[in-house]
Amino acid sequence: MAKRAPATTAKTQPGTRSGAPKRQTKPRKGAGGRATHDVGGLTFGAIDRSEHDLALWEKRTDAMQRLLTSPGNRAFSVDGLRRVIEDYGEQVYDRTTYYEKWIRALRNLVVEQELLTRAEVEARMAEVRDRHAKSGRRVSKAKIAW
Amino acid sequence: MVSDVGSVPPHGTSQAPRFAPGDRVQVAARPVLGHCRTPWYVRGKTGLIIAVHGRFRDPERLAYHRPGLPAQVLYKVRFHQRQVWSTYRGSNGDHIEVDIYEHWLEPAR
Repeated sequence: MAKRAPATTAKTQPGTRSGAPKRQTKPRKGAGGRATHDVGGLTFGAIDRSEHDLALWEKRTDAMQRLLTSPGNRAFSVDGLRRVIEDYGEQVYDRTTYYEKWIRALRNLVVEQELLTRAEVEARMAEVRDRHAKSGRRVSKAKIAW
Repeated sequence: MVSDVGSVPPHGTSQAPRFAPGDRVQVAARPVLGHCRTPWYVRGKTGLIIAVHGRFRDPERLAYHRPGLPAQVLYKVRFHQRQVWSTYRGSNGDHIEVDIYEHWLEPAR
């Protein structure tokens, strides 16, 4: 897997990638107009440069983004994806990983662009949770806020 | 669906770039509502045009499912690190180069 350098790695402490994110929310300083993601020059500690394998869901998230923004589909642009991610509040932004940001933005954009309704997405999520629970898999009760 | 999003940038339109390599420019210090690709730390700073990348659909409009027109000229702009960061301790000659769209740039006074 080619090395990616997401902006979020600047805030990732070694060993915190799996499980509950342990990062703390850092207040953004400076003049107005600095968006949540626009943290260049702020202190977030050392950048985690270690390589890591991507989980299957992360690869699928990447594939979905490519398909939705591809010339044949153009459901939205990568700039739209960035806009939704940049609109997250600081707490959500700082506590989520790279692909957690992506999957939430993809979900919100397919609803924003009326490819699916919010009810359809939630019904499908409930169905998948049920199926996984019945097959004995551990299912997180956590929900991703809209 | 959005039309023409993500297509090849419309290079070669008739409108000439406003700046050329060697020009000194100042980045607008305005705040932003929504998506933009001009980092906070270069806003209000003065830099030097290094290269003209071409004309690209405006990401600030693409982000809201608009066609991104009029396309914007994208420049590579060089800044002195000492001017960007007040506490910079590196060499006087250190630079940072940032790609910035034309509508963020004014001639440096």
